[in-house]
Amino acid sequence: MKKTLLVALLLLFVGSLHAQSGQVLLNAAGATFPYPIYSKWFDEYHKLHPNIQINYASVGSGAGIRQVLAGTVDFGASDGPMSDEQLAQAKMKILHFPTVLGAAVPSYNIPGVNAELNFTPQALAGIYLGTITKWNDPAITSANPGVNLPGNDILVVHRSDGSGTTYIWTDYLSKVSDAWKNKVGRNTSVNWPTGLGGKGNEGVTGLIQQTPNSIGYVELIYALQNHLPYGKVKNAAGTFVKADLAGVSAAAAGAAKDMPADFRVSITNAPGKTAYPISSFTWLLIPTQIQDATKREVIKGFLHWMMTDGQNFAEGLSYARLPRPVVEKETKAISLIQ
Amino acid sequence: MSVRTIWRKSVNLVMLSLTGACAAITVAFLFFILGYLIYHGGKDLSWNFFTKLPTPVGEAGGGMANAIVGSAKLLLLASLIGVPIGFFGGVYLAEFGGRTFSFLVRYTTDLLNGVPSIVIGIFAYTVIVLPMHQFSTLAGGFALGVMMIPIAVRSTEEFLHAVPTSLREAAMALGASKWKTVATVVVPAAIRGIITGIMLDLARVAGETAPLLFTAFSNRFWSPGWRQPTASLPVMIYNYAISPYQDWHRQAWAAGLVLLGLVLVANIGARLILSRKTMLQRT
Amino acid sequence: MATPASVVERAAPPSAPRALLRRLRHGDEIAHLLTLIFASSIILITSVIVYELWINSHLTRLKFGWHFFFTSTWDPVFEQFGALPFIYGTLVTSAVALFIAVPLGIGAAIFLAELAPPKLSDSIAFVIDLLAAVPSVIYGLLGIFVLVPVMRTTIEPALKKTLGFLPLFQGPMYGVGFLTAGVVLAVMIVPFIISVSREVLLAVPGDQREAALALGATRWEATWKVVVPFAKTGIMGSIFLALARALGETMAVTMVIGNDPKISASLFAPGYTIASVIANEFSEATADVYLHALVELGLVLFLLTFILNGLARLLILATTQRGSVHA
Repeated sequence: MKKTLLVALLLLFVGSLHAQSGQVLLNAAGATFPYPIYSKWFDEYHKLHPNIQINYASVGSGAGIRQVLAGTVDFGASDGPMSDEQLAQAKMKILHFPTVLGAAVPSYNIPGVNAELNFTPQALAGIYLGTITKWNDPAITSANPGVNLPGNDILVVHRSDGSGTTYIWTDYLSKVSDAWKNKVGRNTSVNWPTGLGGKGNEGVTGLIQQTPNSIGYVELIYALQNHLPYGKVKNAAGTFVKADLAGVSAAAAGAAKDMPADFRVSITNAPGKTAYPISSFTWLLIPTQIQDATKREVIKGFLHWMMTDGQNFAEGLSYARLPRPVVEKETKAISLIQ
Repeated sequence: MSVRTIWRKSVNLVMLSLTGACAAITVAFLFFILGYLIYHGGKDLSWNFFTKLPTPVGEAGGGMANAIVGSAKLLLLASLIGVPIGFFGGVYLAEFGGRTFSFLVRYTTDLLNGVPSIVIGIFAYTVIVLPMHQFSTLAGGFALGVMMIPIAVRSTEEFLHAVPTSLREAAMALGASKWKTVATVVVPAAIRGIITGIMLDLARVAGETAPLLFTAFSNRFWSPGWRQPTASLPVMIYNYAISPYQDWHRQAWAAGLVLLGLVLVANIGARLILSRKTMLQRT
Repeated sequence: MATPASVVERAAPPSAPRALLRRLRHGDEIAHLLTLIFASSIILITSVIVYELWINSHLTRLKFGWHFFFTSTWDPVFEQFGALPFIYGTLVTSAVALFIAVPLGIGAAIFLAELAPPKLSDSIAFVIDLLAAVPSVIYGLLGIFVLVPVMRTTIEPALKKTLGFLPLFQGPMYGVGFLTAGVVLAVMIVPFIISVSREVLLAVPGDQREAALALGATRWEATWKVVVPFAKTGIMGSIFLALARALGETMAVTMVIGNDPKISASLFAPGYTIASVIANEFSEATADVYLHALVELGLVLFLLTFILNGLARLLILATTQRGSVHA
């Protein structure tokens, strides 16, 4: 009895000692959209600087925004830019720092259909509004001649948590469908007319994988890593484009030149023949006033690394690099962090 | 034999067999769960699992070392909160309590027991995470500790009551004061039962996930000290299970096996200790 | 409690501070105070929980009032929050769980209390207690990877084919949904029904059984027509207990319910429960109203489980006391 008590006390003591001196620990939370590359970045950065640990929790953009507003994390991440109301709630100014560009793709699991499907904006809006309910609906088959689509019910999958990927998807649908814009709108969390909710990009991918006849929207790398088929989407110029680095970079080309000072910009349904219409920047949400000087320097150091060496990891994970003009603007913005 | 009797006899046979089937089905559930976990989890219980940290998304070979340590730290903290309050609260109810106040204490203990675990998570979030501006092992341990209290109180009180009055009276007759009686005679007599009650309590909170979701949060690295977020086995199982990555699924099974194994060992151990105790009393 | 020492003290009245020191040294007062403090902390903690729940839901309580319970929109964009889909989901999944668990549980309890020899009964009861100890997240794990595919490919189509005329079994079959969540819950709550019902049945005095058997009843008739009705209130209590457990169950349900805040007649459809929506959306409720809506849901859940647990306790107590009085 006494022995176990001693052991317990010892463990308690050791547990508290575990905090080594010189170690800098940062906590961040937010978007699942860029989680594959963020987890790679923070891991690589830790290897370069073993005393720096940046713990990123992939909990969705909504949670990232909330936690950075509440001050329970050192910085956040979101692919849905914070609204003016949300920024006004913050005790201090919060900056958006674009990190990479990604694409939300319509991924599906239709037994017997391995072909790449073409989706028109109307088809996607209709599916998510619940007006198009079967795979062999004319709105889908008309864009896919030669593909034998079954008459099964479409099982729609969306996000159950507050999500920047949802923001990107609903932003796109609001631009291409008035019905969607009026009925549902764009936000990180909306009142979905139909469908199942998965938690995070991970959860949605998991549901698509396990549910035949399903369709869902996920970031490109999730579909690729898990070998899920994903369709081409018709862009504003009328071409069916499959999401890839070139398409995403083309979508960002216009915005790169006219990037607003706070970096909040939407590049969905971008003009251009090769542009992929459901692309987006994703941002780190950094407070401008960081009291802890060590943490501040670490964050600034990481941002510098992220915009230079870090970008080299992007393409390997199918994210597009930041355009040069954006990087230049961002480097200047780092000095705003005090 | 009339038709009616035959009918009644057949109904008797059928219904009684059905009840046996019900019992068999329920027992089968446990063996199915255990078997399935052993089959799927056993395959992936490797040295890596116990010693490595999680790898970046999509890369294989990671482990749950930090989650195992994290869970251990959370349980340690939980017992530091739950055991003293539960034990001394139980001692109060069994030995010192007056009528109305004891009733109030028992009533609130029951109330606390019925609070859903997710609501305890909300409580710990508002009371610890927000003021600290930080997710932490402390918040998670606090939430689990609060969940431990009602069962610790109840089992302490129960086992103290079970100590025969003759022991108490004997001590008093020898001149011991009340607290001495309790501390040196009654509690040691009941200690086995109290400890097993606490073991079972710990096993129960070890598997709790909901209160940790927004208190201890999660951590990809080691969590030093008590003021940082920490990974824990149940939360890792949850996050990995709903993901699409096969490697993560395998790790979830392995973690599930470890967790279930610990819980079952604690429960079976507690039962064995108790039955030995009663055997001793009979001799 | 007059110990010899305190009797001696009262006989010779010393000065007040000296008396206090003497009593303190005896330690009884300190012990009483110490344990009292710990016991009071329980009351303190519980009060703070209720207080926090109340305070942190005031925005929605004021904004929506009672309408909160009858509205079914859950729209964070336009800040319209209604609790109805979650109350519906919680009640439906619990109802499905009880529908499966009650017959199964009472049947098993009857077997264990009436038919099985004591040693077998004890061992099986032990195994069933182990089932109750399995963590929720493990049920969820098995739910996702074992139950959902089976439901989607085998059970739900079979139900649709045979009972598809009922609105309960119509519509697309996702595999996740009310029915699957109900089945997982059933397995989780059946141990509670069994262990309490078994104890309650064992508490029924033997002369009741014997009287029935003496009158020529078969074993089953004696059990079903005499013993079970005698233990009726206790069994009801076990059902309330199980129901309270089912209402608050979070992880396993979250993993298999489909996370869609919709009210649907079909059991195949995805839904949402109070506990699941809090688990999924709490850490990201960006607006204060949103957060308060979730906390108010937590308050509702807390009140429901509190009432059910209270009733359960009363009923179980009534039966076991009745039994022991007669014996």
